[in-house]
Amino acid sequence: MIFNDWLPALIVISSLVTGVVIFFLEEERARLRMGLNLAGAIIKLVMVGVLLWGVFHDGVYEMGFSMGTNLRFVLRADSLSVLFVTLSSLLWFVTTIYAVGYMEGSRNRSRFFGVFSLCVSATTGIAMAGNLLTFLVFYEILTLSTYPLVVHKGTQEALRVGRIYLGYTLGGGMLLLVTIIWLQSIVGPVDFQEVGALAAHASEYRFELTAIFAMFIVGLGVKSALFPLHSWLPMAMVAPAPVSALLHAVAVVKAGVFGIVRVVYDVFGIGFANELGVLTPLSWAAAFTIIYGSMRALFQEDLKRRLAFSTVSQVSYIVLGTSVFGPLATLGGLAHLVHQGLMKITLFFCAGTFAETLGVHKVNEMDGVGKRMPWTTSAFTVAALGMIGLPPLAGFYSKWYLGLGALEAGRGELIGVLLGSSLLNAMYFLPIVYAVWFKKRRDPWPQERKHKGFEAPWMLVIPPVVTAASVILVGVFANSSFSPLQWAQLIVERIYAP
Amino acid sequence: MNPEFLSWIPWLVVFPLMGAIVTFTFPRIATWAGLFTGVLILVATVGLVAQTLAYGANTYSLGGWGAPLGIDFRVDGLSAWMLVISAVVGACVSLYAIGYFPPGSKASDEEKNHKRRYFWPLWMFLWAGLNGLFLSNDIFNLYITLEMVGFSAVALVALANSRNALTAAMRYLLVGLMGSLFFLLGVAFLYGTYGTLDLTLLGERSRANMATWVAISLMTAGLIVKTAAFPLHFWLPPAHSNAPTPVSALLSALVTKGPFYILLRLWFFSFASLDTTYADYLFGALGAMGLIWGAAHALRQSRLKLLVAYSTVAQLGYLFLVFPLARAEETGFTAWTGVLLFLAAHALAKTAMFMAAGNILQALGHDTISRLAGISRLLPKSVFALALAGVSLMGLPPSGGFIGKWLLLDAAISQGRWWIVIAVLCGTALAIGYVVRVIRFAFEDPIDLPQVKSVSAVMEWTALATALLASLMALASSLPLDLITIDAPAHVWPEVGVGP
Repeated sequence: MIFNDWLPALIVISSLVTGVVIFFLEEERARLRMGLNLAGAIIKLVMVGVLLWGVFHDGVYEMGFSMGTNLRFVLRADSLSVLFVTLSSLLWFVTTIYAVGYMEGSRNRSRFFGVFSLCVSATTGIAMAGNLLTFLVFYEILTLSTYPLVVHKGTQEALRVGRIYLGYTLGGGMLLLVTIIWLQSIVGPVDFQEVGALAAHASEYRFELTAIFAMFIVGLGVKSALFPLHSWLPMAMVAPAPVSALLHAVAVVKAGVFGIVRVVYDVFGIGFANELGVLTPLSWAAAFTIIYGSMRALFQEDLKRRLAFSTVSQVSYIVLGTSVFGPLATLGGLAHLVHQGLMKITLFFCAGTFAETLGVHKVNEMDGVGKRMPWTTSAFTVAALGMIGLPPLAGFYSKWYLGLGALEAGRGELIGVLLGSSLLNAMYFLPIVYAVWFKKRRDPWPQERKHKGFEAPWMLVIPPVVTAASVILVGVFANSSFSPLQWAQLIVERIYAP
Repeated sequence: MNPEFLSWIPWLVVFPLMGAIVTFTFPRIATWAGLFTGVLILVATVGLVAQTLAYGANTYSLGGWGAPLGIDFRVDGLSAWMLVISAVVGACVSLYAIGYFPPGSKASDEEKNHKRRYFWPLWMFLWAGLNGLFLSNDIFNLYITLEMVGFSAVALVALANSRNALTAAMRYLLVGLMGSLFFLLGVAFLYGTYGTLDLTLLGERSRANMATWVAISLMTAGLIVKTAAFPLHFWLPPAHSNAPTPVSALLSALVTKGPFYILLRLWFFSFASLDTTYADYLFGALGAMGLIWGAAHALRQSRLKLLVAYSTVAQLGYLFLVFPLARAEETGFTAWTGVLLFLAAHALAKTAMFMAAGNILQALGHDTISRLAGISRLLPKSVFALALAGVSLMGLPPSGGFIGKWLLLDAAISQGRWWIVIAVLCGTALAIGYVVRVIRFAFEDPIDLPQVKSVSAVMEWTALATALLASLMALASSLPLDLITIDAPAHVWPEVGVGP
């Protein structure tokens, strides 16, 4: 059916068109803009639903065309794509509502929302890229379209950070470009395959392929904030809260990690990568980043910066899961791709809502927030506990399967890393949870905006509450058939198929 | 094989020449006559491309007298592709010129009217010269068309009528003349040695002797000056940046490509049998240095149009990488395609960028980069065009520049020429630097916006449309493959190549 072949392309195009139309909209047309935004997000969700159903039953959707000799543009929806596409389009919908509320009354909103949609379009493109060239195209578009969001405030500080951000990410992109071309010049065009594409070339090019793997990890490691390439991430906190939420949960950081997942499973193949001996160094890099990020988070006074370092740490769980050979570790890593997104976006939404309504930016200003804003604070608490790994919340399942996977692969030392990191997570989240609920408020709020009736505008409260609820739901219903965990199970079965 | 029906070749020169005469004689209707000519040229180009695809390379003998007696025009894949580029860019620039040279109604608008009066005939004449250049199969004709292009370009720069522009135009004239004289000297040598001016015949007769080498060296030196390849690029930035905006776009996008095209003709077609190992390395080295040097200087400019002009020096450097890369057996054709796509992408992106820069200059009354704050709110379309064009110049997706750069890198890596890879990466990093620098200031968001003059809608939308063409080219980059393989040089694609 023609519609089916075009489905991946339509999903990418839907938010692209929305973005372009919104970009050229008059600044004052706030209602129309919001209508377009939501319509685009809903249409996309419906199509993603169809895709989800189709991939569950039939396997793979693919379409592509030639851009020249050996240059094929391929969009391909397999089970891994669907995991990421579903996450990003759901969270886009929620973030759009949040962003409309957050940006109310500020300047340059047409530019903001236009670029915002482009950014989502790029993310879905990354999810459904069928080969390395297509992946790179969307990966770079994502870099370029997030820049206007990062510098949106137009202040000197934002512009300075924007330059650093571009320096890091475009540098990584250039390395990726050379790596991909080098790989193609050795083995020809590489399409993503669920068993990996390179095993056939193993014996001849061991050295080159090892070097290429390392270059891939460094190139992709910039966006996935692997130590020591992570410094841009805490700085990028100058962006408006919805942007930070999107950047951390689904867009930039996830794109980098998703790339690593693709390279390990679908380019090299986990078996071949393991045999090549490149997985162990990667797992140590991830383990170090996990501990390092948590340590740094512990010492951040600024709430958003603490969350940013927490992202550095949490995202590396996914890399860790990818770098340990065995189905259970893979399962934990892939499930965490979704779980971390849900939890982190909740935390950022809440941080943004606190800052907007009460002017609270610092951790030590948060005493007694729970009484003033119970809904938002509850959402924050759920997500924080999920991050620590409390059962039956989402984060618990990721860590559980990661731990089992480490044991299965005979990497008992990684259990120590997981436990240590959980301990650190508890050390930097629990004091906040304690302070917001049990400490008494003494000083007035730094900059309170009174709001009739509810604790804050509903557009700033409902999104975090919804995502927090999902953190509970995906945990409690982890065994129902369309939960992230079960979907990850489906991917794992296809990856480790005999 | 020649088409059995009427060839489109002569019309590509006749239409713009007629356009020049009409726009000169009837200045009142100059704008519309110019646009109409543009449409005619587009139609003729489409017709010619269709003919070339159907019948392969074909020759048109002027007055029915073929070479060696008469003068031949010839179209193959390369010429057709260059004609397509100049038709598209020419059409975009013509549209832009409607807004840039508006009809003045009052008597005080004399200067405005003067500019409009002379822009159209000169531009049409230049277009005729360019089309003739891409179609000539005769080195003396190449010289004549080169001069047509050169003289009209100088006059167009002088139209800006400022002190800087006149100085730049004078320098441009002298340098251009010197380049042409070198070329002419080479032509004389060749005629004296081989007794023919026809490129095909020269290809058959040429031998590696002293006279040939002297001739081709002289011609190459002249052409390098005219292309503004490093280190003979010094005249380009002032001329390109001080000209009126549509002229800047034409100069950077098309005029520099004319002499480069002749270099390709000479080295890859007529004199392909020479041992070019050292010459190729020289070209490659000049290109690599040029792309770094130009980008580094672009990074240091304080004026936007100068930055864009220096970026042209850098982008021309990439084109010269074709000489070492396209000779290889297997990946030569990759590099050849890469450079031809890159050339088209640069033409479109640079046109868009000059247009956007011109809009900003007109709106603010200056183009000092550090004072662009707030411009992204005032001229969002132009800034978007600038950014999109910048993406192509940086060689990032989605853009024609990305595909071109990908293919070049592909060839360089496959051939193990890592020095080219490193040069290209340095150039890319610098390009990112200079584009981001402009965008950064444009995104600054002051409370008080600067006062601006209005910019006509045509100018804003044309800039945006041209930038979009440069981006979307990436999607269609497999389409020209069929065209440019037609009679591609023997070295770069043995299966379809011409010659012995």
